[in-house]
Amino acid sequence: MGKALLKRGGLLIGTMLLVSVLAFTAFSVIPGDPTGSVLGTEATDEQIATFRAQNGLDLPVWQRYWDWLTDFVTGDFGDSYKYDMTVAELVVTQAKVTLVMAGIAFALIVAISLPLGLIAARHQGGIVDKLVTVLSQVAMSVPNFVMGIGLLFLFAVVLSWFRPEYVPIEEDLAGHLRFMVLPALAVALPKSAMTVKLLRGSILGEMGQDYIRTAYSKGNSQGSALWRHVLRNAMIPVVTFLAMAIGDIMAGSIVVEQVFGIPGLGRMLISSIGNRDYPVVQAIVVLLAAVVVGCNFLADLLYRIMDPRIDGR
Amino acid sequence: MPKFVKRALLLLVVFAMLAASLCGCTGGTQSTPDESQAVSNSGSDPSAAQSGELPPVGNSVTVGIAQDLSNLDPQLAATAGIREVLFNIFEGLVKASPDGSVTPAVASDYKLSEDGATYTFTLREGVTFHNGKTVTVEDVVYSLERCAGSENDGTPLVSAFSNVSSIEASGDNQVVITLAEPSTEFINSLTAAIIPKDSGATIATDLIGTGPFQFVSYAPQDNLVMEKYDGYWNQEKAASLDKVTFKIVADENAMVVGLKSGTLDLVVHLPNTLLKEVENDFTVRQNTMNIVQALYLNNAVEPFDNEQVRQAMYYAVNVDEIIEFVCSGAGVATGTSMYPNQQQYFMPELAENYQQDVEKAKELLAQAGYPDGFSMTMTVPSNYPQHMDTAQVLIEQLKAVGINAELVPVEWQTWVDDVYRGRNYESTVCGIAADDMTAREMLVRYMSDNRKNFIAFSDAEYDDVMTRAMASTDDAEQTGLYKRAEEILNEKAASLWIQDACELAVMNPALDGFTFYRTYVIDMSVVRYK
Amino acid sequence: MVSARQRNNSIFGKNMGTHRNWYLTIGMALTALMLIYIVIGFFWTPYAPSAISAADREAKPSLQHLFGCDSLGRDIFSRTLEGAGTTLTIALAVLAVGAVCGLAIGALCGYYGGPVDALVMRLCDATAAFPSVLLALVVLAVTGPGKYNVIGALGVLFIPSFARLVRGEFLKYRDRDFVQSARLMGVSDLRIIFVHILPNTWPVLLSGLTIGFNNAVLAEASMSYLGIGVSPTEPSLGYMLKDAQGVFFTLPWCTIFPAAVVILLILGVGLVGEGIRERMGVAS
Repeated sequence: MGKALLKRGGLLIGTMLLVSVLAFTAFSVIPGDPTGSVLGTEATDEQIATFRAQNGLDLPVWQRYWDWLTDFVTGDFGDSYKYDMTVAELVVTQAKVTLVMAGIAFALIVAISLPLGLIAARHQGGIVDKLVTVLSQVAMSVPNFVMGIGLLFLFAVVLSWFRPEYVPIEEDLAGHLRFMVLPALAVALPKSAMTVKLLRGSILGEMGQDYIRTAYSKGNSQGSALWRHVLRNAMIPVVTFLAMAIGDIMAGSIVVEQVFGIPGLGRMLISSIGNRDYPVVQAIVVLLAAVVVGCNFLADLLYRIMDPRIDGR
Repeated sequence: MPKFVKRALLLLVVFAMLAASLCGCTGGTQSTPDESQAVSNSGSDPSAAQSGELPPVGNSVTVGIAQDLSNLDPQLAATAGIREVLFNIFEGLVKASPDGSVTPAVASDYKLSEDGATYTFTLREGVTFHNGKTVTVEDVVYSLERCAGSENDGTPLVSAFSNVSSIEASGDNQVVITLAEPSTEFINSLTAAIIPKDSGATIATDLIGTGPFQFVSYAPQDNLVMEKYDGYWNQEKAASLDKVTFKIVADENAMVVGLKSGTLDLVVHLPNTLLKEVENDFTVRQNTMNIVQALYLNNAVEPFDNEQVRQAMYYAVNVDEIIEFVCSGAGVATGTSMYPNQQQYFMPELAENYQQDVEKAKELLAQAGYPDGFSMTMTVPSNYPQHMDTAQVLIEQLKAVGINAELVPVEWQTWVDDVYRGRNYESTVCGIAADDMTAREMLVRYMSDNRKNFIAFSDAEYDDVMTRAMASTDDAEQTGLYKRAEEILNEKAASLWIQDACELAVMNPALDGFTFYRTYVIDMSVVRYK
Repeated sequence: MVSARQRNNSIFGKNMGTHRNWYLTIGMALTALMLIYIVIGFFWTPYAPSAISAADREAKPSLQHLFGCDSLGRDIFSRTLEGAGTTLTIALAVLAVGAVCGLAIGALCGYYGGPVDALVMRLCDATAAFPSVLLALVVLAVTGPGKYNVIGALGVLFIPSFARLVRGEFLKYRDRDFVQSARLMGVSDLRIIFVHILPNTWPVLLSGLTIGFNNAVLAEASMSYLGIGVSPTEPSLGYMLKDAQGVFFTLPWCTIFPAAVVILLILGVGLVGEGIRERMGVAS
């Protein structure tokens, strides 16, 4: 297992290298450069040339990549062009925000989907099951920004329960968490729907297994002991799915952050792409890739731990 | 199993209550927006009702702004969105006043030499920086030299400073600026911020100026906070508010939600189309944006290199209809590259030419060799809904004369690179503003060799008129020549000039004193609670 | 990965029967309805979808304009008729690109394995971990905006998930007895891949497709929201929703009706998928 882990870790780094190369290539393909956003549209040729020289933008791509990589490895992520801050400062600040939101969203997913999934499976074919299935199907079909704007409208304007004013965590922890619940809910709803479906399907699949059938044929009712067995096995795919969901949530928070005006990683990514703020984009891309790949790795690990039937192939 | 179901349900209920209680904390004491606004609308209610559960700390206001502020170096300030905020913190030797002229600020007065090339400034006594130190001649010279590029490898931070040949202190309260070329308009560039000596490296994070407000904090993509500076030199114009927060808001939708829920007190640039949404609950002021929106045509590519084609297109479109659609009729048709707030130069009669006339348009097209029309593309920055809408209306109008236009939405930096700088486009819809708010700035760019001439307009008479206008020192003559230049842009249909668009300033009804400037300024020192 | 237990749920017998009919029937009916809606949109719309009209600006839903009009006086009903077609075309084409490429890549990698497999899978990982917005931006920067380019951009994004899905299935089957014996009998690799193994992956692929459809429609909407997408003169439902968000409060019908069409479209296909899954007994 240790060797497999090591191998896996190597692959992880390889993937991230690949991602960083992709990001660098991306910027040499798309039009525009940071001078447009840093110096403004009316910048003189002289100003543009000076800026490019100061920031090494006139060097060939491969050389810029190499410089970036060597700095990155030594922990120097560079400075943002657009903001007068180091990339590390900027990204850490924004990442904390997104992390909190992802955490709350994750808690909500678990809190919503586990009970619903269990109830649906328990009453398979019944009215509750159908309701849950259809509702989760609906939750999955609403575009995320429509969901966000809808929730915002409902809670902020109609009900006045929600004050749409971002509160930094340093200022007021409770206020920060309170604010984050609604955007987290917007993220959590569709994911919960998927989890419900998965859990329900997984339980039903497990119910059809031989050992359960044997138990039934022996006249066992659907006792709690039996349920514990079913659940234990049925949870395996759900747990791996949830582990991967963390990565998804972090990387997929862009739209929700935009709707709710949260100064998080996704919004920073979008605006930095817009501003061609390469160092920031580069750092965020690598960070998000690490989270996604790391979560996949975690999912894989959990799968192996929970299901001893799988050997390290 | 009933027991099991019970447990699951219990979990669900607990969760629901948790969520409700989290949200409910804010909900309990907050009056609904409608109520509080209805009351404060009548003017009898003190300001406190507006901001929900917490009474505002002293006398504070939150302003919604659309653009992130990013680099806060006041001398670099690349976008209007940054400049209009920093106006409150920094001052130049002179500062902008609402009518578009400048008034003395850090300098108490100035003299311009006969030949128009030497400015002599006398520093005002008792002006202090926010760190309490008095502004000295050294600070001023340092600041101006920095603008001229002393800390940027010689490249001016403020491009107008490329005309500066020397900056010298004279005595301990005078500064003499000598220009290479005489310019009476250079004074507008001296609104450039005066900052403490040797603070260039830290000024963007530690903002120290001489303005009525001092900087408190900035969080990227969140907000910028400033508070009243008690030592402001001009106590008559000292701020009334204790604290102002500029809140960066992602989009119009969030602006409206913020206003309605009472988290925003003032939004300055709201599209006119949202008027209905806010007019009942808020104090709403309309203002033109000081831009010229047009269907800019690349005069260097076929068929737009043909004057008749451009004129035909101008006859084909209905400007008033566009204004009705995208500005609810509140924009002002310009007919040329000048906007109405330049009262001395604006020629409203030019907008009367080219009344929509489809027959005439077809005739002109036929003469130009395009009896059946042609196909073209409109490359439009997709982050501007107003321009996108305008483009769509234009496309429909052009269909009537057989011109088939395809809308190509592009992202902003792509637009800057490809269209504005690269001139690699056929036509585009955008708004052009004057960087320093002078009339000259709106016109000089269409001289054939100007680097900002992104429509590649080339006309010998225009170049001649503009050269004479800029050399002229007689105001009446200069005005006449500028007006002639405006006429040429209209006659030749250099582009399809549409309008100076309209926008709204929306504020909490308890606020008063907000003043529009001709330039990009949100002056918070004049805003106060009633 | 999840569907390692592909079993017959016969224990639930009859119960399952009524069940599956329910989802399938409703899903089929809904999908058929939406298809009719879209087909009508291809041939007829009450107004030209992009025709602006000063008189009808911001018109409320009425008999003249069933779904009301937007701020340019365009008929929302007509626009949803056309937009649903655009959205469906994009979603199906994206799926086709993603599924065909994913299938080919996944099948070959899963069947042959080896260093190429490892490399390709890493590439898939990298693409999947790469921010989709940036990727779409790159593709659109190279090709320019427009319907077909959006398809290309999103299609690329969908390849990794299909590739991984199919590869997993192929890994599962490649060492099974029936494959081994086919190999011994001298059947060519290609034939084994397409004739012997592929049909077995069908249930998993099918449920992947229905989920993929869901994601494709939503991805198109998200891209439109972020301003990277189709041109407004050829509206998709996603673009209409993005366009309407500024007037969410004043002209709610500009959001409600396109959103309803999106939801019904996805819901129909989703329920069909649900029904198929139940019938085939695929857990997820």
